Amino acid sequence: MPKSLYVHVPFCEQICHYCDFNKFYLKNQPVDEYLELCRQEMEHTISTFPSGPVSTIYVGGGTPTSLSTEQLKFLLESIKNTFPLEADPEWTVEVNPGSAEEEKLAMMQEIGVNRLSIGAQTFDKDLLKTINRDHQPGDIETTVELSHKAGIHNLSVDMMFGLPNQTMEQWTDSLLEITRLPIQHISAYSLKVEEKTVFYQLLRKGKLPLPGEESEAAMYEYMQEKLQEHQFVHYEISNFAKEGYESRHNLTYWNNQEYYGAGAGAHSYTEGVRRVNHGPLPKYMKAVSEKRLPYLEEHPVSIKEQMEEQMFMGLRKLEGVSLKEFHNRFGRQVTDVFEGPVQNLINRGLLEISGGRIKLTKNGLLLGNEVFEQFLLTD
Amino acid sequence: MKPQDRIQRRDKIRNFSIIAHIDHGKSTLADRILEKTSALTQREMKDQMLDAMDLERERGITIKLNAVQLTYKANDGEEYIFHLIDTPGHVDFAYEVSRSLAACEGALLIVDAAQGIEAQTLANVYLALDNDLEILPVINKIDLPSAEPDRVKQEVEDVIGLPMDDCLLASAKNGIGIEDILESVVKHVPAPDGDPEAPLKAMIFDSLYDPYRGVIVYMRIVEGTVKPGEKIKMMATGKEFEVQEIGVFTPKPVSKEELTVGDVGFMIASIKNVSDSRVGDTVTHAEKPTAEPLPGYRRLNPMVFCGLYPVDTNDYNGLREALEKLELNDAALQFEAETSQALGFGFRCGFLGLLHMEIIQERIEREFDIDLITTAPSVVYEVQLTDGESVRIDNPAEMPDAQKVESVQEPYVKAEVMVPNDFVGPVMELCQKKRGDYVDMKYLDANRVNIVYELPLSEIVYDFFDTLKSSTKGYASFDYELIGYKESRLVKMDILLNGEKIDALSVIVHRDTAYDRGKNIVEKLKQLIPRQQFEVPVQASIGQKIIARSTIKAMRKNVLAKCYGGDISRKRKLLEKQKEGKKRMKNVGNVEVPQEAFMSVLSMDENK
Repeated sequence: MPKSLYVHVPFCEQICHYCDFNKFYLKNQPVDEYLELCRQEMEHTISTFPSGPVSTIYVGGGTPTSLSTEQLKFLLESIKNTFPLEADPEWTVEVNPGSAEEEKLAMMQEIGVNRLSIGAQTFDKDLLKTINRDHQPGDIETTVELSHKAGIHNLSVDMMFGLPNQTMEQWTDSLLEITRLPIQHISAYSLKVEEKTVFYQLLRKGKLPLPGEESEAAMYEYMQEKLQEHQFVHYEISNFAKEGYESRHNLTYWNNQEYYGAGAGAHSYTEGVRRVNHGPLPKYMKAVSEKRLPYLEEHPVSIKEQMEEQMFMGLRKLEGVSLKEFHNRFGRQVTDVFEGPVQNLINRGLLEISGGRIKLTKNGLLLGNEVFEQFLLTD
Repeated sequence: MKPQDRIQRRDKIRNFSIIAHIDHGKSTLADRILEKTSALTQREMKDQMLDAMDLERERGITIKLNAVQLTYKANDGEEYIFHLIDTPGHVDFAYEVSRSLAACEGALLIVDAAQGIEAQTLANVYLALDNDLEILPVINKIDLPSAEPDRVKQEVEDVIGLPMDDCLLASAKNGIGIEDILESVVKHVPAPDGDPEAPLKAMIFDSLYDPYRGVIVYMRIVEGTVKPGEKIKMMATGKEFEVQEIGVFTPKPVSKEELTVGDVGFMIASIKNVSDSRVGDTVTHAEKPTAEPLPGYRRLNPMVFCGLYPVDTNDYNGLREALEKLELNDAALQFEAETSQALGFGFRCGFLGLLHMEIIQERIEREFDIDLITTAPSVVYEVQLTDGESVRIDNPAEMPDAQKVESVQEPYVKAEVMVPNDFVGPVMELCQKKRGDYVDMKYLDANRVNIVYELPLSEIVYDFFDTLKSSTKGYASFDYELIGYKESRLVKMDILLNGEKIDALSVIVHRDTAYDRGKNIVEKLKQLIPRQQFEVPVQASIGQKIIARSTIKAMRKNVLAKCYGGDISRKRKLLEKQKEGKKRMKNVGNVEVPQEAFMSVLSMDENK
């Protein structure tokens, strides 16, 4: 039974050059209508797939804070009124530096939001421009301060590396800045150029000077070292947290558990079926207003796929996958189901088994995809 | 039909084909002729009707010959029977071209009014002249802004020796001059001669395997008459068959009661394999055979060889079946099983030329859905061993050790390159670099030059076309014919990955260019082979001596960072794609090698 909820706000005031998520320019969009339909979808969802109290909520985008205080309030209240909450839930909202005023933050806190994910990406002025973010480096610290002031103390900051022309120096500077901030969690993603982005077009024309594999690896390794020095525990390939502040919501995905999803383009996993909502607003809105659940795709996950996902998602965590849990869930041993791959990967020094868990080695961390690929079983 | 009727009918027959360079408008003209002779209604017309297969259409050339019977009511009030015989336009198929020309009495020579005569056209004109054909020059595309019909007419006169006044002007695309062409065919192309009552003599100029009917033989009746139910004999192979059906294409197949002198049509006779109905062979009656076969029969020998291996070893039997099916339809294709240490089980295949090779590869991949790894093409070398023995080598991996080799001979071609004046320098430079021996150079007119070189076939196989094209901005046209074997200072060069010799990458190269080739291949492989978990040295060696080396760096980072908000299927797809990509590679010496790498020894960019 799902204990997590993801809600998607597909609006942005500015589109970042690397972003291929489902998002639209805020201007002239039927935002209020969308939020009302989102509320209806949630109601429809919970009556179709009833649940006990929800333990984590994540409002992402897009840019949730591009909504007005009133609009955002409507959305958050809809969530609260629709989904029963556990006693101590984790409720995260994505926040863009510069777009979260005091009033908005106070409102969020009052409704129950207790964690913010701040999309800083980099502290370098030029790089912010390169990736087309609409904030200034100084906005990041301001947003952190305002959040604390509003009473939201569990803060995560998103960072990116491997950006066009990014130097090691720029990266060490950004890390220095971030470790000075009073925050508990850091997500650090290396740039992946996706189709349908400005960067993709530039790359095709040979006009995207990416730092290259060696630099990216060096940046990653430096980050591991630096963040550990500052008491951040590296707990997932791209995530670091002070002890006890791991993202409970994201752990839902990595632990291969079910979750609700609402909003245009949102993904969900309920009753053994993975579903994707319509992304384009007209399609999504039409479906919901016709009292249908707005699914574009539904995929019942076979046992084979569940086992694969347990591995390629679970291995993203540094603690790896518990052999016992796998056995409890599937009634089979990891080492039987994936006998060949496990042996091969251990021989290649990418995987290890210790303390009843199977996990990536230090080398394996940087070559995760080489490992995960092996856990796709052939039919 | 009464004997007298056969003679009368014969005199109204005109058999002709169209000679043209690619893109000069052959197919379009054929379409217009079909329209004008009301062979089929507009609605029935698929554009460029004669080019049957998709592949041909994409490449803009005709591989399979076809023959169409048309009726034309001429200005003299009489009805004439036209047989329009299509010819392939590529040097690989020169023999087929010569046979389809031999089935005609005349040919339309199509020359682009802007481009002028091209080398390939000229080669086919010579073939037509060899077959005593009446040639009717047609300057096509006269309505193009860049058309220079007068210059091109002059060229036709200077280069081929056809009076410029005989040139017809046309635009097949816009239907200009089509009637003039048809009238000219009636007037100038001779009617066939030959005795309808003599013993049967029919020349096969093509054949096609049909899964339901067996081989469909395309033939021209030179003497005699043939009817269903009769026993016939193939004179070259001695095989006998019973005629089930005969007919003509209009272009739809139409059954006939008999085919007689001058007719060009098809025959179905329970023939199971195209190698039993060889192009150029003579069909005669089994009971009452003709004394002498028609001249000009030749058995085709493959000139270019390569190894074809399934990417997925499970496809080995599928590949065998594919080759067997293609062989049914392609007497020039040869293959035999071979094993490579690097690539496993596959086939050594022989082709008429590079184009032929590419076509077969593509057909296997498309029609049979088998992913292939193709090794670099090789020619056939004649190797004299120190013990006096001599062997023929069509696979570089099988070249004996240098100390056992007395001498090596390789096939040479005579190559003609036609090119505008400005590019003479680059062409000669290229030919020199390709170890060519200069033979001759002639000015065709003030601006165009015909350059003749003798070149090793192996150099032609190895990126000659591409380099020629790029160094002449596409203006050069090129043709070649085999002239025999010459001794060369050739050595076998091996490629080592991770210290292991990869047999499928071995090449035979000239001693003087070995160093450059080695460096080139090594660099190319470095680019093509993705990073592995460990560092991979790439080396080229002659015997024990390493002549070039490079290193593929170890993979440093391959991990997906993004979270994708619960979009697991996206991660899955990405991993599947990565895995699929690897499946298309061969694990060789513990290194994942992509298919392209095996062809990389073929292509190179010397300017880089």
